[in-house]
Amino acid sequence: MSGHDIAKQVKLYKIIGAILIVGTIITVMASNVHLGIILGIIVALIIATVKGTLVAGYFMHLFAERRLIYGVLALTAVFVVVMVGLLLFSYGDQQGRHTGAFNVPQGIAQPHHAGGEHVP
Amino acid sequence: MSAAIEIPYNVEERPDTGLYNAKFGVWLFLASEVMLFGALFSSYVLLRAGSPHWEHGADILNVPLATINTMVLIASSVTMVMSWASLQAKNFARFKLFMGLTFLCGCGFLVIKFFEYSAKFEHGLLPSKSVFMAIYFTMTGLHGLHVIGGMIVNGYLWGPGSKMWLTEPKRFTNRVEVAGLYWHFVDLVWIFLFPTLYLLPGK
Repeated sequence: MSGHDIAKQVKLYKIIGAILIVGTIITVMASNVHLGIILGIIVALIIATVKGTLVAGYFMHLFAERRLIYGVLALTAVFVVVMVGLLLFSYGDQQGRHTGAFNVPQGIAQPHHAGGEHVP
Repeated sequence: MSAAIEIPYNVEERPDTGLYNAKFGVWLFLASEVMLFGALFSSYVLLRAGSPHWEHGADILNVPLATINTMVLIASSVTMVMSWASLQAKNFARFKLFMGLTFLCGCGFLVIKFFEYSAKFEHGLLPSKSVFMAIYFTMTGLHGLHVIGGMIVNGYLWGPGSKMWLTEPKRFTNRVEVAGLYWHFVDLVWIFLFPTLYLLPGK
């Protein structure tokens, strides 16, 4: 890499750093606007995702990385989605049975039959 | 008979992966870290969804301090990548400067976090206080441990480890690059932790 290329890269890093600082200020300002729960969460996560993409893409050089790394990260993403999905499904199973994940009413775990489960 | 065993592909790229070994290894490690923090973030979602009441972080946490901490970590990411770029430009003095600044930013982050934690303890806001405080301390505590780990590596590369520059400059540059990958990941995690814990509305 030539000295000129490195100087250009350094300039880019400073610009990305400045964008990230501005993004942080925007995140805080947006949180003070009453957008409601759902919209507030969506806006905060969109800004965080943009900032995260800049860090991964430029500082971690992911935009110019080998395909093998993309493969590793894609596989990781699949496992994360499966993990989160399993958690959400397990939570979904509890819906209607109690008011909160850690507020299980008495007797919810009682067996359906007095003699216990009959396993054929 | 004794013969030094050379670790292969720590400078040149492996023909099959197209990467030097340390870089591929660190990316695999970061993949496992994504799973670790992914599990914690999904725990947050589950706990929040399952709780009848959830605190608005800004009501009990110090948002101005956390905002400053976010900026400190972003600044440290910039100085970290510039320390690597300095080695690419064969400017060791600038590397020392930027790596030193990265280390100091890490110290700054931890000092601010210490003040934040102290204020919480003084007000009786312990992990046992609520589900929100429990997940707050778990996630920020684990992240803080990652910052300390990164500072140990960065401190070594700034100090005794920098001797390698004299004998194997390319290998040392690669070490700084992979240490940077880890440090940027720690920054990346904080970029998501900050709005999740401090800014998202309660219910």
